[in-house]
Amino acid sequence: MNMIQAINSALDVMMGRDGEIVVLGEDVGFFGGVFKATEGLQARHGKNRVFDTPISEIGIIGVAVGMATYGLRPVPEIQFADYIYPALDQLVSEAARLRYRSAGEFTAPITVRTPFGGGIFGGQTHSQSPEGIFTHVAGLKTVIPSNPYDAKGLLIAAIEDNDPVIFFEPKRIYNGPFDGHYDRPVTPWAKHPQSAVPEGYYRIPLGKAAVVREGEAATLLCYGTMVHVALGVAAETGADVEIIDLRTLVPLDIETIEASVKKTGRCIVLHEATRTSGFGAELAALVQERCFYSLEAPVERVTGWDTPYPHSLEWAYFPGPVRLTEALKRVMEG
Amino acid sequence: MVEPRSPRNLPPLSLHVPEPKFRPGDAVDYAEFDRGTAGMVERPDAAAAAETMRDLPYVLIRVLNDEGEAHGPWNPRLDPDRLRTMLRHMALTRAFDERMYRAQRQGKTSFYMKCTGEEATSVGAAHALDRDDMCFPSYRQQGLLIARDWPIGDMMCQIYSNSGDRLKGRQMPIMYSAKEAGFFSISGNLATQYPQAVGFAMASAAKGDTRIAASWVGEGSTAEGDFHSACTFASVYRAPVILNIINNQWAISSFSGFAGAEATTFAARAVGYGIAGLRVDGNDILAVYAATEWAAERARGNHGPTIIEHFTYRAEGHSTSDDPSKYRSAEERGKWPLGDPIARLKQHLVRLGEWDDERHAAMDKELAEYVRDEGRKAEAGGTLHDGLSQPFTTMFEDVFEEMPWHLKEQSAQMQAERKAAGI
Repeated sequence: MNMIQAINSALDVMMGRDGEIVVLGEDVGFFGGVFKATEGLQARHGKNRVFDTPISEIGIIGVAVGMATYGLRPVPEIQFADYIYPALDQLVSEAARLRYRSAGEFTAPITVRTPFGGGIFGGQTHSQSPEGIFTHVAGLKTVIPSNPYDAKGLLIAAIEDNDPVIFFEPKRIYNGPFDGHYDRPVTPWAKHPQSAVPEGYYRIPLGKAAVVREGEAATLLCYGTMVHVALGVAAETGADVEIIDLRTLVPLDIETIEASVKKTGRCIVLHEATRTSGFGAELAALVQERCFYSLEAPVERVTGWDTPYPHSLEWAYFPGPVRLTEALKRVMEG
Repeated sequence: MVEPRSPRNLPPLSLHVPEPKFRPGDAVDYAEFDRGTAGMVERPDAAAAAETMRDLPYVLIRVLNDEGEAHGPWNPRLDPDRLRTMLRHMALTRAFDERMYRAQRQGKTSFYMKCTGEEATSVGAAHALDRDDMCFPSYRQQGLLIARDWPIGDMMCQIYSNSGDRLKGRQMPIMYSAKEAGFFSISGNLATQYPQAVGFAMASAAKGDTRIAASWVGEGSTAEGDFHSACTFASVYRAPVILNIINNQWAISSFSGFAGAEATTFAARAVGYGIAGLRVDGNDILAVYAATEWAAERARGNHGPTIIEHFTYRAEGHSTSDDPSKYRSAEERGKWPLGDPIARLKQHLVRLGEWDDERHAAMDKELAEYVRDEGRKAEAGGTLHDGLSQPFTTMFEDVFEEMPWHLKEQSAQMQAERKAAGI
């Protein structure tokens, strides 16, 4: 399966298992979503459970909170993460805090699926990576898969979770892993081992990272598309790096991070989002708090620039192999 | 600095910034306000198409006239026992407000909000709804809880953030949550509850349930995006929901003109969305009851949502943090042309021969004593003034269902800090 098929399969499997799950969002019904992640779900599970919505992100998340109050488990789709901002109040002030403010009387077991990240010439409104906005909010979980197998297992775990989860889908790798070499032919998922996705139910617990490459020289902390950029650079340079796919940002698998950095003594954090106050800042802070006496060099950040995502200059913005390779040199020299 | 453009032979544009009719010190005259005549507004069938009743949002549905007589097709014809219960609920709401307002002034809590003058909008609605219909209130709907016989002692404990506060001292006073009473957790961010109510109603409909939802918002908050998203979703899915707008004329210091009242009525928002819109005398509990009953019947019959504008007056300040004498005329309250909801229902009951001044005075005395006694019991669990009643570690609970490592660490750090500091 590619990542879209894996996500579709997760939704289908879960809707079959739990009659309280509903899918709503712009174009998700009859049409099956602009990326086809919900294709066929309405035909199989009915219009009462899979339906299109008005173009109103406030409304989509607001009604999802109300549906959760009734007892449903809504899985709303925000068509692009760039469109999520109108819904911010319903996510931050409502869904995230409902359990706390009502001391558990009301909860919001909602999984918000939303494609994010650049690399598709989406310009400033179809490319952003706003995960840092959500990891900053008490009460939200943030999950980002990097391959079809994880996408299905993590989405199932997110849907089963009784807290609100923001599930960011790196859309550049919907159809194939991407190592950052935009000028080379796209590799389909079919050639990747993580495209072997079981048809049925399985889950990958939230809060558990994956060591996708073992190494001794430096630790690369990444998620989503950047996992493949890191793997690509490791293969090209032959650097003996350990690559950790975080998979869940909140709650974070701090044990895996700590063990790795204490072993390698060097650390690079990677994300596509803008640098300042990005999730990389949190990672760098955690690493220095816990691994300071193991560090041989300053923690490096490989990120997007602090600019809006530019359309034609997309590949100058994207933290690709060149930026990572340079950072790797610095962190190894340190 | 914006440079002026070169002059053209056109009159200059001008910006209209709304201004209320009366400011502090002004004499108040509501002669221009057309309140209509009690009993004169038609009552369409609750199943009628919204397009057949587009005139309703522009008139005022009133049942009780100035003599306390009930008139017209909207008269809900309630039996005297029901009327006395509604009177009692309104009087209890007012007595509760008086007591808790004083408690705030005595330093027993940080904040309070009265609903004086608006009691009918909540109490009347609660009586017309079924007990298991779900309410998504704003912050001035304490009358819903009281009309659903929720213990006022529980509300007081929340206001005091004391040891009896089920919400563990996390919420500002009056931000109640009472799932058993069908009363959703109050946010404090405005109008967020509106699309949530629509979502609850959609879920109920999708499940083939019979419960409906109702929500309340102030006229000022109809300017929020949530209001309009809610109306769109309610219309699109014909959600079984009642969308109440409490037009109490003032949003803190901003008069209703800043939400659009100079241009149209708030009930008329319904017209653009193609849903039913009613505008009722919010100080006439029979009109509130009748409108809610109509909207509930409509919702339960799968005929869709209703917007009800309750035309009323915020007789007191926005909250204990507000001083309305700084921005509006003190005469407004006394000259309000729709009177006081408790006085009007009392007058009606007296006119029916079902009530009298002596019984009313006895009820007020009894309720004041009841509130005082409940207050004493609640205060035995502490007040905010007495210091914190919740164990410090509860602060980290309920952020998530299971506490993740970072919160466990922060909880441990806080306890270590306090121990080191000897507190």
